[in-house]
Formats: sequence, C-alpha cells, structure tokens
Amino acid sequence: MWHLLPRQVESLWTLFTSPVVWALHFLACYVGAAIYCEKPGILGADFTTLRVAIAIITVLSLAMIVVATLLAWRQWGFGTEDPPHDDATRRGRKLFQGYATLLLSGLSFVAVIFTAMPALFITECLR
Amino acid sequence: MSDETASHHDKAAEEAQMRAVWATPGGWRYWTSVNNTQVGLWYGSAAFAFMLFAGLLALVVRAQLAVPENDLISANLYNQAFTLHGTVMMFLFAVPIFEAVAIFLLPSMLGARELPFPRLGAFGFWSFFIGGVFVCGSIFFGAAPSAGWFMYPPLATSEQAGIGADIWLLGLSFIEVASIAAAVELIVGIMKCRAPGMRVNLMPLFAWYLLIVAGMILFAFPPLIAGDLLFEMQRMFDWPFFDHTRGGDPLLWQHLFWIFGHPEVYIIFLPAIALLAMIIPTFAGRPIVGYSWIVLAAVGTGFLSFGLWVHHMFATGLPQISLAFFSAASTAVAIPTGVQIFVFIATMLAGRVVFSTPMLFAIGGLAIFVMGGLTGVMVALAPFDWQAHDTYFIVAHLHYVLIGGMLFPVFAGLYYYYPLIGGKHMSDRVGRFAFWMMFSGLNITFFPMHIAGLRGMPRRVYTYPADIGWDWLNLVSTMGAAVIGIGMFAVVVDVTLHRRNAPRGERNPWNAGTLEWLNEPEENWGVRSIPRIESRYPLWDQKTLAQEVNAGEWYLADAREGRRETLVTSVLDAEPEQVLRVGGTSYVTIVSAVTLGTVFVALTFKWWIVSLAAGIAFLCAVLWWLWTGTGEIPEKEEKDIGRGLSLPIYVSGVKSAGWWAMFITMTGDGTAFASLVFGYFFFWTIHADFTGGLAGPGMFWPLAALALFALSWGATLAAREFNRRGGIAYARILLLSGALLTLAASAAGLAGPWAHAMDPTAHVYPAIVWILVIWVAVHGALGFIMQLYCLARSLAGRLTARHDMDLHNVTLYWHFMLVTAGVTFIVVGLFPEAI
Repeated sequence: MWHLLPRQVESLWTLFTSPVVWALHFLACYVGAAIYCEKPGILGADFTTLRVAIAIITVLSLAMIVVATLLAWRQWGFGTEDPPHDDATRRGRKLFQGYATLLLSGLSFVAVIFTAMPALFITECLR
Repeated sequence: MSDETASHHDKAAEEAQMRAVWATPGGWRYWTSVNNTQVGLWYGSAAFAFMLFAGLLALVVRAQLAVPENDLISANLYNQAFTLHGTVMMFLFAVPIFEAVAIFLLPSMLGARELPFPRLGAFGFWSFFIGGVFVCGSIFFGAAPSAGWFMYPPLATSEQAGIGADIWLLGLSFIEVASIAAAVELIVGIMKCRAPGMRVNLMPLFAWYLLIVAGMILFAFPPLIAGDLLFEMQRMFDWPFFDHTRGGDPLLWQHLFWIFGHPEVYIIFLPAIALLAMIIPTFAGRPIVGYSWIVLAAVGTGFLSFGLWVHHMFATGLPQISLAFFSAASTAVAIPTGVQIFVFIATMLAGRVVFSTPMLFAIGGLAIFVMGGLTGVMVALAPFDWQAHDTYFIVAHLHYVLIGGMLFPVFAGLYYYYPLIGGKHMSDRVGRFAFWMMFSGLNITFFPMHIAGLRGMPRRVYTYPADIGWDWLNLVSTMGAAVIGIGMFAVVVDVTLHRRNAPRGERNPWNAGTLEWLNEPEENWGVRSIPRIESRYPLWDQKTLAQEVNAGEWYLADAREGRRETLVTSVLDAEPEQVLRVGGTSYVTIVSAVTLGTVFVALTFKWWIVSLAAGIAFLCAVLWWLWTGTGEIPEKEEKDIGRGLSLPIYVSGVKSAGWWAMFITMTGDGTAFASLVFGYFFFWTIHADFTGGLAGPGMFWPLAALALFALSWGATLAAREFNRRGGIAYARILLLSGALLTLAASAAGLAGPWAHAMDPTAHVYPAIVWILVIWVAVHGALGFIMQLYCLARSLAGRLTARHDMDLHNVTLYWHFMLVTAGVTFIVVGLFPEAI
C-alpha cells in the first residue's frame, strides 16, 4: 500500500532533524559567502550567483523542515490530544516526541528565514 | 520464627551487605573514593573555592580602578589579575560547577545507583583539580597569563606573553580533558541509566538540559583543544599558524576560540536554568507548565548557540554579509531563551508561590539575566557593536548575563539542594541578607559600567586620567563590588561555620516531587532499590513510592555478589536491559590524573624527558585501569533483580555502555580533527596561493598511507567477525597483522611531508600539513595499541567469542580512524593537485 509519508521511525534522533537542517543551511550560507568574498569570481560566480544559491538552499532547507514538521505532526497524532503528554505509556512518550519535534521544527523554520534574510539586502562583499 | 520476621532479617542482612559494598573507605583512603556523592562534593567545593579566589582577584582589579591615575598594583600584576579572573571564572568555576552538580545529583534524580563510569568521573575531577591549582598558583610566582582570558595572538604568541600563555594553554587543555570526560559520563548516564519506566517524556527537565549541554561540550570544546594545539606548536616550535609574515593568520585563533567560546556561554547558562526548572515547580507547588516547550528551548538554544561565534568578531573586518548571518542568528537565539523565561513565569502564575530563599535567588537571577539579555540583543546588531566593542558596555553586558544566568541560579541551587549534602538547611536569615547584598551590589557595580562604556572607557585598561567623566562611575562600581563581596562572605560563613550547630532537618524539606529527594544523605548507594517510575513528579503522584524504595521492595535491592551494580535501560522507554557492574574505589584514577598532569606541567617548562616519562607512566596507568577494571567476564550470565525480572550482566556492541562511551569520545575527537581541517581550508581561502609556492607531500605517500589504514581497518573488522563466529586463531592473526599494517600506515603518512622536505617553520602550509599528518599518526599509534590490547585480552582468555566487548569498541574506534585517515590523506594528497 502506498503512503504519502514514510513509515514512522522510533528514535530519539528524529527530534534533532530540523535543527540539523538549520545548522547545515547556516554553515552553507556562511562558508559560501566567506569563500566568495575572499576569492571573488571563483568558479565564474558573481555576487548574484551567491545570492541565488543561498535562495535555492533556503527553499530546499525550508522544504525539508516542512517534511519533518509533517512527520512530527503525525507522531503527535495530528493534534488530537493536548499536552502535557505525561502518560507513563509508549503512546504518551510518542505524543511528547511528536509535539516537541513540531515545536523545534517551527523554531528552525523561523531561524532559517532569519539566517537567509541578509542575502536579500546585501549586494556586495562590503567590509 | 514467623515468615515475616525471617523476611525482615533477610532485608536487614541485604541492606548491611549493600552498605558494605558501597562503603566509602576511611582515613586517607577516603580520597580514593570514586562514588558520585563524594566526587560531586569535591568537585563542587573545589569549583566554589576557585570562584572565591577569582572573586578576590576581581576585588583587586576594582580597587585598582577605583580612582584615576591609581598605582595600587603594578600594571603587570593588574594584567595577570584580570586575565586570571576571567579564566578562572569561566574554566574553573562556571563549567566545572555544573559538572559537579550533575555528578552529585543525576544518579539519584534518575533513580540510578551511580553513573556508568564512576572512575572516569573521579579521573575528571582530579584532572580538573590539578590543572586548576596549577593555573591559579601561577599568579603567586608572577607568572600568570596576562593577555586576556581569550589569549589573542599576536600578543599572546609574543615573547612578551611569557610563560603565562603556556600555563594557560596547557593547564586549560588538561581541564578540557576533564570536561569531555564529564560529557561522556553524563550522556551515557542520562540515555542509558534511568530508572525503569522513566520514558523520555517523564525525564526530569534537569536531565534534558544536561543531555543537551553534554552534547554541546562535544562540539564546542574540541575546537579549542585544536586551537590550543596549534597555538602551543607556535609557541614551542615556532610553527607559524598565527604569524602573518609566514602565511599564518591571528584570526584563525579567534574563530577557533569563539566556536568554543560562544556555545560555552550556553553550556554555562543551560544547566543553571535547569536548576531553576527543578526549583520553580517545587515552590509553585505544581508541575511545570509547558514541559515540551522547555525541551524545545533547550534543544533550540543548543543548536542556535553554534551560529553566534562571529558576533565576538564583528570588529575584525569580515565581509558584512558574514556579519549579518551571525547577527541574524544572535537575535534568533533570543526566541528559545525567552520561551524558558515565559514558561517559568507561567508556572509561577499557575501555582501558589512560596518565596523561599532559593526562589529569591531564582527570581532575582531571572530579572538580572533579562537585563543582560536586552543589552545582548543590542550588541547582536553589528552597527551598535562597532560602537560598544571592547568597552565597559560589554563588561557590563557579560556580567549581567553570567551573574543573572549562572551565579544566582547556582546560589538558588545551593540553598535548595544543601539539605541533600548533610541533611541540614542553610540559614534563611543569612541567605536573605546575602541575596539582597549581592543583588544590590551587582547593580551598583555593573550598571554604571554601561555608562562608562558608552563614554568610551575601554576594557582591560590599567588606569585612566581624571576629568574625562569616568571617575565617579568607577568609584561607584568599586563600592558595589565590595557590597557583592560582603554578600558572598556571608554565604561562605554560612556554608562553613553555621551548619555545624544546625539541627538535622527532615528528608524532602521542600516537599519536592522528583526522585533525588529520596536520597538518604548518610548512605552511599544512591537508592536503596530502583523503582519503576510512572510520573514526572513521582514523589507527588506515587504516594507509597518512598516507603517501598527504602524498604528494598523494588529492583536490584541486593548486592549479593559483592559488586557495585546499577541498571541499564533503553533510551526511549527506559525498559530494563542490563545489570551494569561499575568500578569501585581505586587509586588508578588519581595515578592517571597525576601522571597526565605531570605531562602538561612538564611541557610548560619544556622538561621533555620528564614529560615523556610521565606520558609513558600515564599510558601504563590507563592500560592497567582498563585491563583490571573493564570488560570483565562475569561469573554468571544473568542476575535476578527482583519482581520476576532477570537481566544479563555482560553485553557488547551497540547495547553496551562502553560502546556509547567510545562513540561519544570519538565524536568529540572528530570535532577537534574537523577544526584542524577547517584550519587547512581557512588558509586556502585567505591566500591566492596557500602553498606559498612550497612543495606539498605529493600524492604517493598520502595515498599509500590511506590504503594501508584501510587494510588495517578491514583486518580489525574481520577479526571481530571471525572472533564472533569462533574463529579465534584467525582473529588473533588478523589483529596482529592489523597492528603491523597500522605501523606501516602511520610511517607512510609521515613519509609524505618528510620526503618532500617540508619545513614547518618556513610557512604555514607545511605546518598545517604536518599537523594533520601527525594527528593521524598519533591516532594510528592509539589504534595500534588497541589492536595489541585486544590480542593480549584474547590470549589471556579475557576476550572470547561471547564476551567480545573490547573488540567491538576497538572496531568502532577504527571506523572513526578510517574516516580521519581518509579525510586527511585525500585533503593533503589530492586537494593541492586538484586546484
């Protein structure tokens, strides 16, 4: 049977998916800009290329966070139950994980946009 | 004799035996204890003593600045005083105090007997203590570091910095070892040693915070260790990593330092907030509001804090777009930070707050921290920071943040948890007096510094002229510092003198809900029996729990085999998995710490022979420790832990605590390595031709080394598989050939730069290539020792087909080794050819 979302994974690590996406996005923006500004014209790029590249990875990162959010929403039982999710059951634990992951995805989404914003306004390697 | 009396007798005998197994040795052997209660207490007391020492240095600094044109102390001593004040507060108080509190509290909070590696914890403490005394003691010989707590080159690489810079670098590297040891201990403890049923949604928030913080340490401290290595190579052997005349760059140090330094602020802040997350629900008399939000805040802050380091470097001339990325992240981190504060306010509003002394410190701390946070948002904006950079405005900001976000919560924790140490309360009257002195003193000291800073007073000045508008501000600050000092003194008196006459209080005096309050201060075993948990606040919700636990009715209530044991449970749902035998009282931790300390101290004074001898002694001590204290084959497969549950005693591979410890250690090690690789590409980025026209190591030797390392890795992996299937002889042959291949691989790696006569003092390019290759060779040497160790264990009958924990852990090391070798040799061998 075909499902829109992949099978549910039970692991502590899923909690960190969205923040890891943020971290990679942040690193890519910083390293890209740092190298470009030290070696202008590297690989034939100009500043616009850099900004477009940042825009593309931003959209990709946001898309990945959205997927993580959907998975978290499912793990949270699509919001059918309210916090605090402190039942001493496997279900209670899963609802908590889903909810916490959902919150973190929201924060990461905002943080990715924060990080990308400078590329909207800055048009050269001014020092 | 009735059945009931018989069972009562059994329980009494059981309890006596348990007490004997966990007993702390008497006399001078007391210091060989490794139990978390003693180690935590020593750790905390030492950190507290270092804090008082650094506080006195601050008073000296303030006295010098009280009036213009002052010459109370010499400029040189002044430089040493402020450098040591910052260094000690950050490295010897702020970080270690959290390790101390965690080691002391976590086992009982999680319902465990002990953390998984008590000897590692004790080793960490002794390393910290020796390193701390060495660094602090230097000022009495006029040899303390004097280049500021962040040791910027070129000042700190110059002759002018004297031996103080070496003391800073080597002494603190040694202490960083202790922090990483603590991180390993805490991560494995929190993930694997919780009481049965303590699922991740029921974990005390303190444990959540500590888990995140320990993870942060693994990614934050290693860059500093890598930086220290480069720095010391420059100071000792003139390798020009930070010397711009030979291709180096002082900014690399700033990057490495602040990649460590900014997360460190949160490594300090989060555990302090974790204390508040335990204290506030107790005094609000209700569960925390928004448990999941706290987890969001802890994890979110943990990640975002790594995107802030360049905001310490706004004035270094980086491109504006780079600054803007960091400015954005610096403002974004205010979101999760704010969430925690709102959660606390909501909890207080929803409950009925008792304004006890701990609460006073908690709320006072939050208020001060918010103030520091607001100036933090100001300096997160690059244009404002350019004005305020390196002025007293920053001094004011950082003290508000650290005192509000760390010192006050720690004092709240001291007043709150003090009854756990000896069953006695601290004085409420003295506490309130101290609070008001410290709270008002803090504001009197640091608020005027905002203005002094905006009026242009730079940091770290020895003195200043009169009539430029700084005099009265400084005088007020100095008076405030004295007021803080009076408050501190009151607490010291309370801790050391008052308690002797105090009456013994009851257990759980604050009526808290979490497990640590089951603790009996006079017992050493953590918990009498390990209960099954069904709530975030078990003492509130499971009414008979305390009685059942103390009556020994729960799991693992006996120590029949005469061994110290604790339970290992699964990560998510905390289902019991294993009975873990932990190390007991031993000299080996002290011997290891002393020998390793001697290595670092001897290096400082360039006593090469002593250093080498101590290094060999350290290696022998660690091998002895491992050989006698780990991976022991138990006398039986399973142990009955009561209530019809029987668990294995020996597990290997992913399920074992040792495997996790190796994984975590190597993650930290990998981060340090990544920092060195970052250095390589940093030099490539800033130079048109980063080789400086000099010869590289060529392609042949690096690729030959990589191939040999890959073969050695394959041999180790095959040895593990053969051993598992019973092919013991093949496994031994493979281990031996693996070891020989490792030697050849390391030699081939070093042959690259050697054969091309790369001179590491000539230019930064040969220096960074040498450093990477040496890094791999040293790891190769460790891998070689590990392969031979497994071979020896196998020959000695301590490693069998079923009991193969050592081989699993060594294979894991080799996975990391292969990645390290692969990255290094591809980078140094192929990258220069590719560009």
